Amino acid sequence: MERPRIHIGWLYPEYMNLYGDRGNIIVLEQRSRWHGLDPVVTQVTLGQHADFRQFDLVMMGGGQDREQGLIAEDFLKVKGSSLGEAIHDGLAVLAVCGGYQMLGKYFKTYKGEVLHFTGILDLWTEGSNDRLIGNVVIESDLFGETRTLVGFENHSGKTYLGKGLKPLGKVIKGYGNNGQDKMEGVLFKNCIGTYLHGSILPKNPHLADWLIQKALDRRYGGQVKIAELNDELELKAHQAIIRRFGQ
Amino acid sequence: MNLRTLVAVWAGKGVVTATRLAGRGGTTLPGTVARKLSPDVLQQLSAQPSQGVIAVTGTNGKTTTSKMLSSMFEAAGWSVTHNRAGANLVSGLTTAFLQSASWWGKVQGRVGLLEIDEATMPQACREIRPKAAVVTNFFRDQLDRYGELEHTVNFVGKGLANLAPGAQTAVNADDPNCAALGRRGGVTPLFYGLEVPHTGTKEMNQTADAKHCTVCGTFYDYEVYYYAHLGKYRCPNCGNERPKPEVYVDRIWDVDARGSSLHVVTPQGEFEARLQIPGLYNVYNALGAVAGALAMGVPLEAIKKGLESTTSGFGRMELIKMRERDVFMALVKNPVGFNSVIQTVMQAGARKNILIAINDLYADGTDVSWLWDVDFEALAAHADEINFVICSGLRAEDMAVRLKYAGMPLNKLTVEKDLDAALEQGLKFIHSGELLYIMPTYTAMLQMREIIQKKGFAKKFWEV
Repeated sequence: MERPRIHIGWLYPEYMNLYGDRGNIIVLEQRSRWHGLDPVVTQVTLGQHADFRQFDLVMMGGGQDREQGLIAEDFLKVKGSSLGEAIHDGLAVLAVCGGYQMLGKYFKTYKGEVLHFTGILDLWTEGSNDRLIGNVVIESDLFGETRTLVGFENHSGKTYLGKGLKPLGKVIKGYGNNGQDKMEGVLFKNCIGTYLHGSILPKNPHLADWLIQKALDRRYGGQVKIAELNDELELKAHQAIIRRFGQ
Repeated sequence: MNLRTLVAVWAGKGVVTATRLAGRGGTTLPGTVARKLSPDVLQQLSAQPSQGVIAVTGTNGKTTTSKMLSSMFEAAGWSVTHNRAGANLVSGLTTAFLQSASWWGKVQGRVGLLEIDEATMPQACREIRPKAAVVTNFFRDQLDRYGELEHTVNFVGKGLANLAPGAQTAVNADDPNCAALGRRGGVTPLFYGLEVPHTGTKEMNQTADAKHCTVCGTFYDYEVYYYAHLGKYRCPNCGNERPKPEVYVDRIWDVDARGSSLHVVTPQGEFEARLQIPGLYNVYNALGAVAGALAMGVPLEAIKKGLESTTSGFGRMELIKMRERDVFMALVKNPVGFNSVIQTVMQAGARKNILIAINDLYADGTDVSWLWDVDFEALAAHADEINFVICSGLRAEDMAVRLKYAGMPLNKLTVEKDLDAALEQGLKFIHSGELLYIMPTYTAMLQMREIIQKKGFAKKFWEV
């Protein structure tokens, strides 16, 4: 039987790969293979038009401030509306740090300049003069049961969710969205925004598989189900973080 | 010198002696103690060297460049006060001066040579007022500590704004971020770079960092890449381009694993030198040292002599003999450096036995996501030449996961968090005459050296 294809889009790879976000692509690609799928990764960069409905899963990483300024305009004019439609249609998305911020309405810098995004989701970010840096542990209900997610955050932007938007999880250790409301990330349909890198997927294989399964459900209407893999090593790394930082 | 400072010197020197007696290389604690007692102790001590102080900063090559400068100063007959062990935060800089000061607070060195952490540059330069500086390059490294690359560049810029009046800064023209600093107001640059287009490539590799114009953000056009993003670049939009270097190498020959021969051109004249450290990135370090030494007023003959007498830097790559087995240790601290180590190891003929030790303490960088930017896929592609990889250190599991996803077979992977146990395991697994490659991050390297010393096999590192 032919291996079911999973089409992964990597947005702005050369601009938005600040904290090893490439690791997320490596993990999605490898796990897809181990699940018996046929992963195809397409890079989508500046100025390139893309119809996001053709993708099954999209990853956007974080960029440096200057690089983010460069792509904000491209996102607003070229890609934002197509990505927004696909997200509302149930596209599986992992947006990390800067990519997460761009799903929102705007980023207001510490000096008061406003960088507008397309506002795919009702969230916004305000710059501050301190950085929220360190290991993070959160609890998420994403998986039908409460499970932990671990990662590392490093952001000066503080993100706030509008009413009606759910966070990805509750902060156990670290700062999360803004260091105030104990919320981390956002979950909208199959789209996840988060400040966790590390990279996030290698040490949270359950999150990687959640994204892959959601992508397959949308493409194959529930016909293709993935099984559990041997994640002993990954979960050991996950537990090591919880033991050291999560208590 | 006032009494308060003197007391601080005594306290600091007391700690220096105590840590030596305790058998530990106290490279920061004496400085921390002395600064508590007298916050201006560094300012007082660093003002003394008659030839002034030079600051060496940038992501890669600080230690090797400093080593070359040290040899050049010595060749000129200047005694040197130098933070040798790579303790490059303010406490470490202060300790270096305490170690070279008499009990009356008189500094012995005629010249100060300080390797300075980028984020420490603003404070260090305010206190020290260096007569010259070298800015080697900017790569992504330990971003959790600095925020982002641009912040790092700005830290160094703030430092350069606080040099002594009339100071000159040796700047790597081939790195766009360095060059932009050299062009800032208040900085007097001495640009250095390579002029050997045939040795470079037309293609950028994965880990290149500075890709967009520092003025307008457009992708640079590169005529040639020499090493990662270092090369000859020009912005097609605004015309911002690599400055023409005044200190440069225009010929490289007899390149082998032990070093290379260079033809160096400077405003003071030209010379040929045999460099005893291999790798093109060390040619950059050599150029930085030459330009820095010129800015400090070292005569050209001493520069050439110093360059030729420098050998490989502490802990960067070293060979230790243990129980008839050779242990090769190479510091890894960022993707570019790790990639070079992997390349070097894979070039060796025999089967490979590898121990990777990743810590995430402050000096290592607390964020280990950089491991995902290292090309371990290149290592895994040669898995058939590898006997085993032991993953150790505080982040042993992260390292093992990275290798699993790079495609390393699981039966070749071991996780042993304890460094001592990992080393013993490595030595046990290899056969007599075989080589064990150890790749530690900074604090893992210090611990590993201590373990090796305790077993009686290596020199104490501060004697190297």
